[in-house]
Amino acid sequence: MTPALLTAGPLALDASFWVLQGLNALQLSMLLFLLSVGLTVIFGLMHFVNLAHGSLYAMGAYVAASAAGLMGYWAGVLLAPLAVAAFGVLLYWGLIRRMRRSGPMAQVLVTFGLIFVMLDLTRIVWGDLALAAPMPELLSGRLTILGLEYPIYRLVIIVLGGLIYGGLYWVLSRTQIGAMIRAGVDNDAMASCLGINVEQLFFLVFCVGCALAGLAGAVAAPLLSVTPEMGLSILIPTLIVIVIGGLGSLKGAIAGSLIFGFVQTFGAVLAPQLASVLIYALLAAVLVIKPVGLFPARG
Amino acid sequence: MTRINKTSKFAIKGALAALALGLSAQGALAEKVKVGLLLPYSGVYAALGNDIQAGFELGLETFGKEYDFVIANEDTEVKPPQGLAKARKLILQYKVDVMAGIVSSGVLGAVRDLVDGAKVPLIVANAGNDDATGAKCSPYITRMSFSNAQVNRPMGKWLAEQGVKKVFTLAPDYAAGRQMIDAFTASFTAAGGEIVGQEYTPFRKTQDFGPYLAKAKASGAEAVFVFYAGGEAISFVKQYDSFGLKKDIPLYGSGFLTSSLYVNAEGPAAEGVITSLHYVPTLDNPENKAFVEAFKAKTGRLPSEFSAHGYDAARALVEALNTGARGREGIANALRSVSFTGPRGETSIDPATGNIVQPIYVYETVAGENGLTQKVLASLPVEADPANGCAMPAPK
Repeated sequence: MTPALLTAGPLALDASFWVLQGLNALQLSMLLFLLSVGLTVIFGLMHFVNLAHGSLYAMGAYVAASAAGLMGYWAGVLLAPLAVAAFGVLLYWGLIRRMRRSGPMAQVLVTFGLIFVMLDLTRIVWGDLALAAPMPELLSGRLTILGLEYPIYRLVIIVLGGLIYGGLYWVLSRTQIGAMIRAGVDNDAMASCLGINVEQLFFLVFCVGCALAGLAGAVAAPLLSVTPEMGLSILIPTLIVIVIGGLGSLKGAIAGSLIFGFVQTFGAVLAPQLASVLIYALLAAVLVIKPVGLFPARG
Repeated sequence: MTRINKTSKFAIKGALAALALGLSAQGALAEKVKVGLLLPYSGVYAALGNDIQAGFELGLETFGKEYDFVIANEDTEVKPPQGLAKARKLILQYKVDVMAGIVSSGVLGAVRDLVDGAKVPLIVANAGNDDATGAKCSPYITRMSFSNAQVNRPMGKWLAEQGVKKVFTLAPDYAAGRQMIDAFTASFTAAGGEIVGQEYTPFRKTQDFGPYLAKAKASGAEAVFVFYAGGEAISFVKQYDSFGLKKDIPLYGSGFLTSSLYVNAEGPAAEGVITSLHYVPTLDNPENKAFVEAFKAKTGRLPSEFSAHGYDAARALVEALNTGARGREGIANALRSVSFTGPRGETSIDPATGNIVQPIYVYETVAGENGLTQKVLASLPVEADPANGCAMPAPK
């Protein structure tokens, strides 16, 4: 009896520790998923490389933090995706449409330059100091699951990521517009021949991608510090997710995000010295073994 | 950024105008001293750069009325090669008498040999790397800010005296993070404390501290001691609170964790966090009251430790000039024995290392009338850093 109890004690503690870390990993994955899904579909549909996607995330966080200061948290969360999508429209008409035929090199350079333009714009508008984004009273507590306390806000991010995934999955696989997008990703020339306005479709997807980036920024704001550099620091993880997952596919984005989240979190726990290297090693391995990523949209 | 570039151009124009005037009416003007400010006005430390500059300008206005200071600002962008190029420009092109500034220890490391070789006095207004006033010390470098070990060493002993025996430490994985934690660990274990876990998080790549916080929680520690600054500090303090750790395992740290510069972005999560630092705006002494009033009147905000670095760097320069020292060599020599009572209390330069000697304050972040404020719990004894391999001839 006694020995069994003795081993049960530390084991039970261990289990809750691993569940806690699992939740941490899921939460990170979902945040990355919100960012990478927009980018990957834009990438896949039109071979358009938008490196400024991270800047849109930072913009979402800033809009949310400012709006939350004036009108409360919920206004910020609603306003940020709309504002960023509106900015996406401007970006599309002003810049991206002109760049559509200029090849990936020029696109990379222009959107890379855009990162720095937006970095300084945020600095001019909001200043260099980190901003505070309040957390709503309703979500700031902790929930006890299986004798384990976990911040509600992080659970909300996990649920939100799941819901967005479900919604996108339904749209892409069950609706006509989803079929058109899939056709466009598969073979855009053929889709055009069949009477699908691929350019219009791209515009739509681009706006939704921007809105999702804004939403990711808005939900990340109360959790992290809102600084001008946040867009740059999230860009590399997002690109890694896309490369691991495979270009253009929803399944790739979620798989890539989960892999990144779990490797990053458990890497930090189990091998802290290797924490920052592990994910790059995995990236290299994927590129060597399966260069198109795990679930590419095109075979 | 553009604003600063403009001021930089203005400063240069001012310098030229002053030069022309000086030629035509020598002696009619106050004595001219050319100062080069090397600060980051862009990049992650831009806010620090601006705070130091505001403090420095205020210090010159307050103490240096009888001198005509011509200031050239250069942006280091927190990049060592850029900092080196800008330092060279200040020395060779603007021919400055003295340089001040430098936020990042990386930039300080890059300009060290240039400054030492060109024999130009440099007053460090932030960068805390222990080696800069240790093995890599120079008679031309005086530090008016702090050293990483200095801020944390007294805290280890103090915390052990409070009855805290088991501590988990966390810091970003770079030189400053390790120096701060090492200094704390050494004095904490010497006073009978035990480190039950120690983690270094990837510097500027860690946004989610959840995995580390769960480890700290499972370690059986009575307290957590950390060093984080800027954006990382804000994320860390908020996440520490959101996991509900604060009530069971109190959070201690190096005072930059809850710097008055950004503590309000941390919000209620920072309440009750106890840290040690060489300056907080609530220090109760007449010099600090005058400084806080003047800084508020100038900028509309409270000063931070960074503005105090700038203010005291300017004061040190004026004190050196007041001894009659002129020219690069003279100013460098006089800076090494500067001593005055400033906002931080008794402040002096240790002639043996060029590092500042100053009291360290333990403070708790508490809710005040206008947001968060600092309640000073203890003033720890003034202690000069050990020489750490620094060997220099004594000042003349």
